[in-house]
Amino acid sequence: MTPKTLVDKIWDLHVVEPGASDLLYIDLHLLHEVSSPQAFAGLREAGRTVRRPSHSVATTDHDVPTDGRELPADASAAQQLRVLADNCRDNDIELHQVGSPGQGIVHVIGPQMGLTRPGTTIVCGDSHTATHGAFGAIAFGIGTSEIEHVLATQTLRARRPLSMAVTVTGELGPGVTAKDLALGILAAGGTDAGTGTVIEFRGPAVRALSMEGRMTLCNMAVEMGARSGLVAPDETTFAYLEGRPRAPRGDLWDEAVAAWRTLRSDADAVFDRELVVDAGAVVQRVTWGTNPGQSVPVDGVVPDPAGIAHPGERAAAERALAYMDLRPGTAMRDIGVDVVFIGSCTNSRIEDLRAAAEVLRGRRVADGVRGLVVPGSMLVRQLAEQEGLDRVFTAAGFEWRMPGCSMCVGINGDTVGPGQRCASTSNRNFEGRQGPGARTHLVSPATAAATAVAGRFVTPADL
Amino acid sequence: MEPLVHVTGRGVPLDRPNVDTDQIIPAAWLKKTTRTGYADGLFEQWRQDPDFVLNRPERAGATVLVSGPNFGCGSSREHAPWALHEWGFRAVIAPGFADIFRNNMPNAGLVPVLCEPAVVAAVMAAVTADAAAEIRIDVAGLTVTCEAAGVRAAPFRLDDEARDRLVSGLTQLEMTLRSADRIAAYEAVRAPWLDVTA
Repeated sequence: MTPKTLVDKIWDLHVVEPGASDLLYIDLHLLHEVSSPQAFAGLREAGRTVRRPSHSVATTDHDVPTDGRELPADASAAQQLRVLADNCRDNDIELHQVGSPGQGIVHVIGPQMGLTRPGTTIVCGDSHTATHGAFGAIAFGIGTSEIEHVLATQTLRARRPLSMAVTVTGELGPGVTAKDLALGILAAGGTDAGTGTVIEFRGPAVRALSMEGRMTLCNMAVEMGARSGLVAPDETTFAYLEGRPRAPRGDLWDEAVAAWRTLRSDADAVFDRELVVDAGAVVQRVTWGTNPGQSVPVDGVVPDPAGIAHPGERAAAERALAYMDLRPGTAMRDIGVDVVFIGSCTNSRIEDLRAAAEVLRGRRVADGVRGLVVPGSMLVRQLAEQEGLDRVFTAAGFEWRMPGCSMCVGINGDTVGPGQRCASTSNRNFEGRQGPGARTHLVSPATAAATAVAGRFVTPADL
Repeated sequence: MEPLVHVTGRGVPLDRPNVDTDQIIPAAWLKKTTRTGYADGLFEQWRQDPDFVLNRPERAGATVLVSGPNFGCGSSREHAPWALHEWGFRAVIAPGFADIFRNNMPNAGLVPVLCEPAVVAAVMAAVTADAAAEIRIDVAGLTVTCEAAGVRAAPFRLDDEARDRLVSGLTQLEMTLRSADRIAAYEAVRAPWLDVTA
């Protein structure tokens, strides 16, 4: 038998009809308010129905207020939330909306419910669906026409992806997180190293990551240009899933675990692309530019575009520095921030909040800095409150908010002002991402917390 | 969907790498529930600069955008290709596209023209120098021609399924509904451990 990659094994399990684009069965379809209204409208207009309502689960996250109000002040956002509720009611789809204990960011609730499982195919109208790959699933973002296609047929037409292995050898140093690793891989490989592929993250440093860390890493695979990222399931995965509300139970659990244990790339499987990263060389990082590949160590300085050989990349770096209002050679440690945002589908899980709280315990944010903590879900919020983390955050001067995408995408009114600088645990530092004229620097939760205290970019060890 | 067999028109040069979907259509525009009404949001931030290429009168009516590598990276929002289509574009020529954006393009009536970097560079230079330079894209034959750039029937890559769909005007859903029996047959034999509702 030809040796196969994990991605090919999972893919082959789901091919309904082979072709130039395979017709692929979708095990789990996640929905939110922003990318789905036109898909439901398309079904309605054509007189079509949802083929498998039980395979879709919806939540509200992008538009929702995080200040405790149930409905956004913005009328069109409120309308969009109502449309999702109507569509779910009319099509018999499970919905976790604001006010319900299951509500949260779509990529946080799937795993916490035990719906995100090894070997499955998962799609959602959101690029960060890659997050679910942490469980050994093929999970990727789709557009609205494809959402309509999945609703109507429970399948998707998709080209078989190329394969890429990112092997992380050695072990991460103290205080170096999955987020720093993701930024380090992006700095080494660039923002299109993974185009056309699903990245399999492997190696001892990946095995050593918690499920939360693996989710952070797979979440950022899309920033590497990949359709998705995944990690082969192992005991860490099974331990996370066991006992979750929707995880299989009894005989079905045993049967599932037996199947999950077979989910790994064959030893001699050949990958289309490979990248090897030494975990020991990864340090805490911060972005300086307007794409996630543009980062340096927190110890580092703003790079000089003159040193970039490729003219297009050099011009892009010059534009990025102009937008970010930074000068080459400036130490990152000398750059002050106005806002610190801890949240998003990248870094809003309980471990992320614990890491930030540990840094903030007994400390205060610097004068003039606004700090927000936006937990990824109601469950994360509740867990954090049981552990007293909310009191650590509020005592440090942070705002303790309700769950949602919030300042990562800035649709719900949580934005960074024009010209303001934000240390953010989110995934994209694009121009205007956090609001028109906003300047975003991507960091880990621990670095974000330390930066809030110092008022400029530092690591916890610097405090 | 309107069949797209040929795209013939003038080009707009946007010579930048990593043009992301937050630039193409900022998130504030995603609160609508319709498939239309996005043209005014296209490159909204960049268009505030009066010299931005889309603001130039000589670029009005152009149908082909020419850009750099990793075009359409970022969010999966189909609103981005919708906005480009509504503005009047029917094709984007680039040496690289982000995967999700490239998939979304045909569903929004846009041809992703993935060409060799040298071809893109030649077309970029020609349309930068001359706003009237004509670009011809043969969708069925998967070639691009721009006489002003010295590019004649240069091949571009697009999978057969996407090409057939663009040329026929059929949607992906219409094509898949013909396979309903195959889907039912698959569901009948799917391994129980793959059923997340079990």
